Amino acid sequence: MKFTLSWLKEFLDTDARLDEIVEQLTMIGLEVEEVDDRAKALVPFTIAHVVSAEKHPDADRLKVCMVDTGSGDPVQVVCGAPNAHTGMKGVFAPPGTHIPGTGVDLKIGTIRGVESRGMLCSEREMMLSDAHEGIIELPEDAPVGQPYAAWAGLDDAVIDIAITPNRPDCLGVHGVARDLSASGIGNLKEGRRPIVKGSFPCPVKVNLAFPEGDPLCPAFALRLIRGVKNGPSPDWMQRWLTAIGLRPINALVDITNYMTYAYGRPLHVFDAAKVDGDLTVRRANPGETLLALDGRTYEFDGTMCVIADAQSVESIAGVMGGEETGCTEETVDVLVESALWEPFNVAQTGRKLGLQSDARFRFERGVDPAFMLPGLDIATQLILDICGGAPSEVELAGVAPDNDLIIDFPFAEVKRLSGLDVPPAEAKAILTRLGFWVSGTGSIVKVAVPSWRPDVEGKADIVEEVIRIVGLDRIPVTPMPRAGHIAPRILTTGQKRTRQAKRALAARGMVEAVTYSFVPKPHADLFGGGKPELALANPIASDLSDMRPSLIPGLAAAAQRNADRGFADLALFEVGQVYEGDGPNDQKTAATGLRRLTAKASGAGRHWAGTAATVDAFDAKADALAVLAAIGAPVDSLQVSRAAPGWFHPGRSGALTLGPKNVLAVFGELHPKVLEALDVEGPLVAFEVILENVPEPKAGRATAKPPLAVSDLMPVRRDFAFIVEEGVEALAILRAAKGADKALVTDAGVFDVYRGKGIDDGKKSVAIEVTLQPREKTLTEAEIESVAAKIVDKVSKATGGTLRA
Amino acid sequence: MTDLDRLESDLTAAIAGAGDEAALEELRVAALGKKGSISEEMKSLGTMSPDERKVMGPKLNGLKARVTEAISARREELREVALTERLARESVDVTLPVRPGPSDAGRIHPISQVIDELTAIYSDMGFTIAEGPDIETDYYNFTALNFPEGHPAREMHDTFFLPEKEDGSRRLLRTHTSPVQIHTMEKSPPPIRIIIPGRTYRCDSDQTHTPMFHQVEGLVIDKVSHVGHMKWVHEEFCKAFFEVDEVKMRFRPSFFPFTEPSMELDIGCDRTGDEVRLGQGDDWMEILGCGMVHPNVLRNCGLDPDEYQGFAWGMGIDRIAMLKYGMPDLRAFFDADIRWLTHYGFRPLDLPTLFGGLSA
Repeated sequence: MKFTLSWLKEFLDTDARLDEIVEQLTMIGLEVEEVDDRAKALVPFTIAHVVSAEKHPDADRLKVCMVDTGSGDPVQVVCGAPNAHTGMKGVFAPPGTHIPGTGVDLKIGTIRGVESRGMLCSEREMMLSDAHEGIIELPEDAPVGQPYAAWAGLDDAVIDIAITPNRPDCLGVHGVARDLSASGIGNLKEGRRPIVKGSFPCPVKVNLAFPEGDPLCPAFALRLIRGVKNGPSPDWMQRWLTAIGLRPINALVDITNYMTYAYGRPLHVFDAAKVDGDLTVRRANPGETLLALDGRTYEFDGTMCVIADAQSVESIAGVMGGEETGCTEETVDVLVESALWEPFNVAQTGRKLGLQSDARFRFERGVDPAFMLPGLDIATQLILDICGGAPSEVELAGVAPDNDLIIDFPFAEVKRLSGLDVPPAEAKAILTRLGFWVSGTGSIVKVAVPSWRPDVEGKADIVEEVIRIVGLDRIPVTPMPRAGHIAPRILTTGQKRTRQAKRALAARGMVEAVTYSFVPKPHADLFGGGKPELALANPIASDLSDMRPSLIPGLAAAAQRNADRGFADLALFEVGQVYEGDGPNDQKTAATGLRRLTAKASGAGRHWAGTAATVDAFDAKADALAVLAAIGAPVDSLQVSRAAPGWFHPGRSGALTLGPKNVLAVFGELHPKVLEALDVEGPLVAFEVILENVPEPKAGRATAKPPLAVSDLMPVRRDFAFIVEEGVEALAILRAAKGADKALVTDAGVFDVYRGKGIDDGKKSVAIEVTLQPREKTLTEAEIESVAAKIVDKVSKATGGTLRA
Repeated sequence: MTDLDRLESDLTAAIAGAGDEAALEELRVAALGKKGSISEEMKSLGTMSPDERKVMGPKLNGLKARVTEAISARREELREVALTERLARESVDVTLPVRPGPSDAGRIHPISQVIDELTAIYSDMGFTIAEGPDIETDYYNFTALNFPEGHPAREMHDTFFLPEKEDGSRRLLRTHTSPVQIHTMEKSPPPIRIIIPGRTYRCDSDQTHTPMFHQVEGLVIDKVSHVGHMKWVHEEFCKAFFEVDEVKMRFRPSFFPFTEPSMELDIGCDRTGDEVRLGQGDDWMEILGCGMVHPNVLRNCGLDPDEYQGFAWGMGIDRIAMLKYGMPDLRAFFDADIRWLTHYGFRPLDLPTLFGGLSA
């Protein structure tokens, strides 16, 4: 909402400076976004008299002017403008002036041998307009030596304020002035409030064609003014409209724009000669169209509200008028409309048509119903004053609703909600200045809400009115009482696990990314997503279209972007939400990581101490296990299976499960087809842990750990190598070895897997180290041999393997 | 010169000339071994007369002691030389670079770090953390929060919608974390003190807007908390979060459908240098929106607004991260550029705490 300082002063009697007004506006909730104080840049420009303008001795197109600037002797200025001539009045800038239009700081110069001590300026050089065909020529009575901006009325600062959606009353300068006056920065001037009597009945009737109780158009007032002379509006009006960015068109149109911005009262004017018969306000017939004032044609559906004459639609209710019936310089008889529209319908119509307008902006926020007729009278009087003519009586259809809201307001409510003690007298005075009617004397008063404040519904709103005008800075800072104990644990298990997973993965050399929750549909499809209920109806871009079923596609795309920038070895992770459906419990938290090329936990790339190998499924498995261990999953009870989903390499992937069904994590190398479909290059290994799948820890566990059981006897380690079929899994061998003597065998690990010379095709040698922990006495060689034999026997039975010779 | 004198000078010379421990050992055996020259001389003592023995005994013992001593001294010398040589041989180029450890390479995203910072601060003020789903219903995102149907404030939210269902309803991506206020008030009786960090979505994109961003919401509901308390919470938070002793603050009246009265908080800043300095200065920077929870919102959650009251606020996590840590462009937060993440990210063991300082 823009207005100028002088426009504000039409309604506000104040001596306050611009900066004081600006500060106050912000502090009462009318946030100033920008102040354009054009006078500042134009201070050095003064009105000057060109005493003489002679042709430059050495240049045909230049003139040497002697300029009387109003102080001292005339100064010599070389000027290239074709309209520079002896005796004219113009705008002079002395050396040292910053010329806003060119960005140049003016210096004393010599042009073709003639000294020039200043400049006569064009409008473009002063950034007043684009005109630059000649210098500004002022009327003869322009006072020489006076500041040009002040004389021309250009020193009027333009103030732009952000109006929150609850304050339609401040979408007019008058309402802004009322707020300022309530805050004590001046007195509200009501300005002209004429009552116009018509001299004849309005010949055009208005029919509200709505069923009983349909609120689309509560009231519609219309008046004809005959015999107007439409031409340019007065300078003051043009200046204000221009300053806020509106183009003056003609007096009748400018008056409606003035009314919109001065009072927040949108009006419409029809050229009566182009209106056929009476006006009907109705829902549009689907398919009807209108060429609107913005030059575009709009097609309506049956929910939209229009104003039609006997022939066709003439105006979109509350949004924009039609080009056909618009007022031009030729208009002689004008119909002025002042109506009320249902805000929701105006908003919907505007949205569906993609049409924003000053009228829509106000109607959808709510215009003052009580001002419909006074606004019509003010506009009528302006037309009569500017364009002449004779007004009809008002044709009124419907009834403007009364705002009869009266709130029982205990003054104590201010303190209860704000903490600030405002004396009742002060609160009452503020409300009164804002237009509220306060009656009663006790601690609870009745407060009547003014018609222009649709946002005020109850006590809390009135508290806001009081404290925003009093000033929020008066509210004392009050410490909150601290609960009388040490804070208990704050984080839930899920919140704690999210944090543990992140730190654990970062500690494994992975870098945390945060990627968008939406992925391209083809990517969602690849990872088991792409359900219709998870596709955005209005995505911002086609590659951000579906809620992600997995974090892998986003991370894979990120890895490729980094690789394309020259960072090929990288380990990224994200802990974030994935979506299995659109229900509240379908959102899960995934901890997902991805390693590319040689980005192993021990370091990437070539190194003198050992070059990193390409990442493989086991790197991803280690990451997954690290997350699970960090978040307290029972890692010792996990089963490893091959049941990884289809986006992994079928032979190089696995799942970590708890029991037969609960998959805690999947890991492996990405499937080559998936890489291709994602348009990313491998090698790429990934894992995904679903944090919610890990069971909650048992509540109320003792903090004490089980006693430490250690033996003083040295453990014995024995190595075995088994030749087994290629398909035999290491886990089977280890499990058999551990099961050979559960008391004695405390650990078994694989230290070598060998294929090649000495081993038949289709077989492999798996070497394991078994740890025996004697409990009571040192083992004899015979006892060790006996256990070893049991191990060989168990492994052979379980896997069909034989001890390697 | 006697034979013994000669023997001693020969042995002394040979010991001094021994080049390594093996040669020295040979010399020792040759002199002091069972059949060594000195041992042989010692054997001859038995055949001597007592008087001869009285003379020769101490001589031979002296000789033996001196030779033994000389051998042992020479052995020490040789060991020292050998060790010096070995050490010289074993020297490495210590300027060779080592691989950085994984926790040097790993990084925590600034958003995670800042959420941990928020958690540290607000938990000290007695807040717990609430969370809720990203996919919401119209009721929780708007209606329950007192956004009237068709109100311009709804339109200003640039909402992402999911497809319309058969019954005409449609889910949406929450445009703020405020729906969790409603979920919490529905589930838990007052007093309530929660913060709600999380992802939020609006279909908007430029240098300062991304279609996804992070917000933290705060909610206090009890029977006494008012704007003065809210000012205190914000003041304490700003000082702790920005790690400054004083923060210049300004509350401006504003509007949010779900609070009444509503206001926005600006903090003082100084933009004169290259970087924005927060807390002091002549400029203002908007940091959060807040207000007393609207009576309609309380009613929608089954609370009587004449009995219960409280306040709520919301601020952009990404935004305060940018202000505190100086990232210029919001879009980079979600681009996963390893250079950006490594530069602006945090080391895995730098867990923010109040006792250790948030960023220190």
